[in-house]
Amino acid sequence: MLNKNEYNQPDKNGKFGIYGGRFVPEILVPALRELEELYTEVKKDPKFREEFQNLQQKYNCRPTPLTYAQRLTNHFGTGKIYLKREDLNHTGAHKINNVLGQVLMAQKLGKTRIIAETGAGQHGVAVATACAKFGLKCVVYMGEVDIKRQAPNVFRMKLLGAEVVPVVSGSRTLKDATNEAIRDWVTNVKDTHYIIGSVVGPHPYPMIVRDFQSVIGVETKEQIFKEEGRLPDIIVACVGGGSNAMGIFHPFINNEGVRLIGVEAAGLGLESGKHCASLTLGRVGIFQGMMSYLLQDDDGQVSEVHSISAGLDYPGSGPEHSYLKDIDRCEYFSVTDEEALEATSLLARLEGIIPALETAHALAYLNYLMPATTKDQIVVVNVSGRGDKDLGTIIENLRTSEPQNFGTSELRNLRTSEPQNFGTSELRNLRTSERNLRTSEPQNFGTSEL
Amino acid sequence: MLKIYKKIEEINNKNEKVLSVFLTAGYPDRENFVELALGVLDAGADMLEIGIPFSDPLADGAVIQKSSHVAIENGVNLDTVFEFSRLIRAKTDKPLILMGYANPVFRYGVKRFLVDAVDCGIDGLIIPDIPLEEYDSFYPSDEILLDRILLTTPQSGEERIKKIDCISSGFVYCVSVSGTTGVRNSFSDAEIKSLQNTGSLIKKNKMLVGFGISTVENIRQVSPFCDGVIVGSAVIKKLDESGSSGVFDLVKTLKSGCRGLT
Repeated sequence: MLNKNEYNQPDKNGKFGIYGGRFVPEILVPALRELEELYTEVKKDPKFREEFQNLQQKYNCRPTPLTYAQRLTNHFGTGKIYLKREDLNHTGAHKINNVLGQVLMAQKLGKTRIIAETGAGQHGVAVATACAKFGLKCVVYMGEVDIKRQAPNVFRMKLLGAEVVPVVSGSRTLKDATNEAIRDWVTNVKDTHYIIGSVVGPHPYPMIVRDFQSVIGVETKEQIFKEEGRLPDIIVACVGGGSNAMGIFHPFINNEGVRLIGVEAAGLGLESGKHCASLTLGRVGIFQGMMSYLLQDDDGQVSEVHSISAGLDYPGSGPEHSYLKDIDRCEYFSVTDEEALEATSLLARLEGIIPALETAHALAYLNYLMPATTKDQIVVVNVSGRGDKDLGTIIENLRTSEPQNFGTSELRNLRTSEPQNFGTSELRNLRTSERNLRTSEPQNFGTSEL
Repeated sequence: MLKIYKKIEEINNKNEKVLSVFLTAGYPDRENFVELALGVLDAGADMLEIGIPFSDPLADGAVIQKSSHVAIENGVNLDTVFEFSRLIRAKTDKPLILMGYANPVFRYGVKRFLVDAVDCGIDGLIIPDIPLEEYDSFYPSDEILLDRILLTTPQSGEERIKKIDCISSGFVYCVSVSGTTGVRNSFSDAEIKSLQNTGSLIKKNKMLVGFGISTVENIRQVSPFCDGVIVGSAVIKKLDESGSSGVFDLVKTLKSGCRGLT
């Protein structure tokens, strides 16, 4: 069992127990070593820390608030629910915490070109944003399926000057975008830094991304102490690769009284085979540079997975999650697409916050969790991102599934009155300006800095 | 264990470079794969690398990616690969090498894999996503009867190249360029210089150059600095374009380009 004074992962080989490691082609190893050395240096460098803090406070908007969700709490009538508001980060999700740190590192490495993979587009937007701010060339790989379902984010990335490369291999989602990004890195490793968006991939990425994201948990600890004078009883976060979850969990790992719950995407249901619950149903495997729980067949071929949420649509999870599962420090559960959609609507109506579909998985788990809590218990949910990017998907699904499940007349009206236009002027404007940009300056679009 | 090394030595002694040909197991189909493999050896290939298909081949370019996916759709798994190997081994004495990514081997069980591979007459093993860092923890500590071939790249640096030479047996697989597998026009001066440098650091093993070898001109360009070449994507591409007879012609041509070279 876990000795609270001993949690100090990963080891010097980048292993969390048996998980993690550096299962990559030889060509990437020197770059990973270089990155690790630099990280060891900057971690202790007060100047780097100050630079990073400064960006986090004055460019991003940290600290993000911890909001008491009064009506959601009343809805369940049991424990008190707080929301950690990562949706309020610049660019609308926790992803930028990691990106700002890694862009600073890329500059120190003298790299002039940044590549990234993206699923929901939140990481891609964060990378495109930071590259715009620092004047770096930016290429984002994104699966064709995700390009379609996360259209607003694709446009956002292009507007920010990034090149978005559609990936048509495999299931055309996050896993395949990651493969293509790695292939690009293999080819251009000399001048290119790869900003992985989650706590996945080869060492040192799971460690670096976790550390940059752990600001979420550090702030939560301070804020809940201020509000309640004590630690929370339970923390809930969604897990795809698992970066927002690691970010909020990590500072609490040694606080054994705090239950840490990760919620995976059960997609169309665990029995359907169309899900992403790798920590729930996966088997240990080696994939994209790491050993971790992985959804795969008996021959070791990686499964094609499904989630309504592009950010969770990934067959593996971060190696540290696999380790925390094995040592029984974190618990992992899953909820379906439909449950996530319902939770989106619930939070919107009760708290005036439209969460990302990824986040909605954590919220949906409250249906299972809250009835078992008591009034004096405190639950914190990490609201990893905002849901504006998902409006298209949400409306699409309202159209095809039963509207009474979503229960809001407002959304029903959206569905019936303006199916073509996604019903929001914001999106209409985006589309108009995209058209204008396309027609006026096509040659400069996405590569204006080049 | 010395079979691969000896074969390379024997060919080099005839003032020839070794031609090793890569085929994805069960591509384009299962039925004719053994015949295709034997045909490639008959046409002049000195060694055969049999690719174990994987869903996410990170180090491969589009041509081998596609072949890998087709092979999986054809139902190829490690049992099939071993069956192919056994049938090919029954008809040839030339070295046979398996090349594939770590996960299918890991799922099969590394120990069991090593035993079954030897049993089918396999001589060597290349797993591109097991670099030096993971080598010791991936393989069991028992005696292993397969040559394990590691890769060097233009980014590897002197110390790593020396270590890779020290740990590898059979030969060292020198990746010629930064990038994935695939056909390229020719090699730059910097790439050739890097090959030359790598070659000078590899003392214990023979060195074969792979990635981007598709023509006799390519072979002539790299041959002063290596003991042989590996051709993969060019062969698969030819297979797509003009079938097995096209591949046999290509292998004949490439092998003729390997002759008369010291």
